Amino acid sequence: MSANRFNGFTDYGIGIGLRAPHYNHILGRKPVVDWFEIISENFMIDGGRALHILDQILEQYKVVQHGVSMYFGSAEKLNREHLRRLKDLVQRTKTPWLSDHLCWGSVDGRYTHDLLPMPYTFEAARITAQKVREVQDFLEIPIAVENVSSYAEYHDSEMTEWEFLNEVVERADCGILLDVNNIYVSSQNHNFNPLDYVNSVPAHRVAQIHIAGHSKYRKYILDTHDHPVIDPVWKLYERAILRAGHTATLLEWDDSIPSFQEVHDEALKANKFLRATALAEAV
Amino acid sequence: MKLMQLQRTMARAVMQPLTSSERMQRRAPDGGPMKRYASRFIKPNDRLTSFERLEIYNRQYWFRVLSALSEDFPGLRAVLGERRFDAMAKAYLIANPSRSFTLRNLSARMESWLRKNPKWAGANQNLALDIVRLEWADIEAFDGKAERALRPEDLANAAGPRMKLALQPYVRLLSFRYPVDDLLLEVRKEDEDTDFASNTFAEHRKRKRVRAVAKLNPAQIFLAVHRVDYSVYFRRIEQEEFAILTSLRQGKTLGAAVESAFRKSAVVQEDRPLKVQNWFQAWATLGWFCRPEKKRAAR
Repeated sequence: MSANRFNGFTDYGIGIGLRAPHYNHILGRKPVVDWFEIISENFMIDGGRALHILDQILEQYKVVQHGVSMYFGSAEKLNREHLRRLKDLVQRTKTPWLSDHLCWGSVDGRYTHDLLPMPYTFEAARITAQKVREVQDFLEIPIAVENVSSYAEYHDSEMTEWEFLNEVVERADCGILLDVNNIYVSSQNHNFNPLDYVNSVPAHRVAQIHIAGHSKYRKYILDTHDHPVIDPVWKLYERAILRAGHTATLLEWDDSIPSFQEVHDEALKANKFLRATALAEAV
Repeated sequence: MKLMQLQRTMARAVMQPLTSSERMQRRAPDGGPMKRYASRFIKPNDRLTSFERLEIYNRQYWFRVLSALSEDFPGLRAVLGERRFDAMAKAYLIANPSRSFTLRNLSARMESWLRKNPKWAGANQNLALDIVRLEWADIEAFDGKAERALRPEDLANAAGPRMKLALQPYVRLLSFRYPVDDLLLEVRKEDEDTDFASNTFAEHRKRKRVRAVAKLNPAQIFLAVHRVDYSVYFRRIEQEEFAILTSLRQGKTLGAAVESAFRKSAVVQEDRPLKVQNWFQAWATLGWFCRPEKKRAAR
């Protein structure tokens, strides 16, 4: 089930985020890694070192693009300059699919550079889906939207977060980047059962899965990407791949980044669950 | 509430400056109490009030943009001192919220803004402007576009007084009233670079402190900020070099550029040909020349 039209019919394994502290290790030692995810915005530039590194990575590894500022959920129009630069990068990386977040972050041309939560309304779903379609048409590759961690809910919401996700992806006919850590973080912050979320996602649309660590504070959890993945998140991951199949999986580690080997080893823990799922499917 | 209205309401609160203790202000953007403002659109839960939930986003916004500015300007931080820099950064961001999808462009208006708001640098205004110009040039040189460089032999074959040459887009030419290149290199020894966007949250603002600089004596310098093997370098150049390169960038012919550069020069006449020859050799070796736009398009 994992190779589907939302990830370009690819069957990627376990990847990690490409981060600057690991460049030397990767280029020098050429470790075996299924694929790397890049933050698109870090490479939407005119030239210089980052693109040079990227080109070297592209010679040896599969790369998938992940964005942080498309803001499908912002009520304002899409930023054409952003799209133009993104398309240039898509042509360079030949990413089989592209992901960004189901959130908003800009209004009246001013950017917060944050992943702000959506109100779960039908109006928001309609506007968001329309923008996903526009991006998909312009870039001519499949788009997957990622559920975000959130710390606030709105009075205006008319449905649950997972119902909203389903509403958007059905209207946009796009894929899902299912972040099981974000589901866990939000479930703790908003008092819902994370399994209800995982069980409600249309499995055939899952293009990719994110796993990550987070930080727990007294009254809430923050999505800090600076720790190993905790057991309850692995349990959600297990459930997700049981439903969606052997899906491209990516570990995010963005802060207090340890050695390449430590990050990769943490990501490879997913193999235990992927093998078990494969066995279950075989039987 | 319509989506646009909700997003405007939330963005106004999120982008409102924090208090001196880095908490959300008690007063809302509409002048009323923030508690009431937040409760109009944010639900409370069993652990957090509407105010507290909104405050998480308000703090994240300021932590993120202040950290980005702070990373862009370690030199300016050293010139102004951390406390004054923080206050200035906040004022800059209120006047210049990000209008780009990338934080890379957040600092683009710093020079013009600082010029119009001299109170932040006080007696150090000229030094502050110099360091800001250098730090922004460094950002532009780091990821600026590179065209195919003309090789020294390309130039040798085609050189003549009517020839026009373009400079690589990533090369920045600057004149300064202070030797800010030395200052910035010194500051950077203590300040590691992080230049990547991610989407993570932080509970506290990340701060990297730089030591305030001792007073710097003025001395006019000319710099080419350029890159070699993807690393940025500051190359001190002579006034005449600066003038020739600036003229070439403006589209003047080789002959006109050289002539105007030496018009008021103290360099004696007989030394000039050799100097010019050596300069061109160095510039070409560094790959600074490329074909002018029109010729590239016509090829």
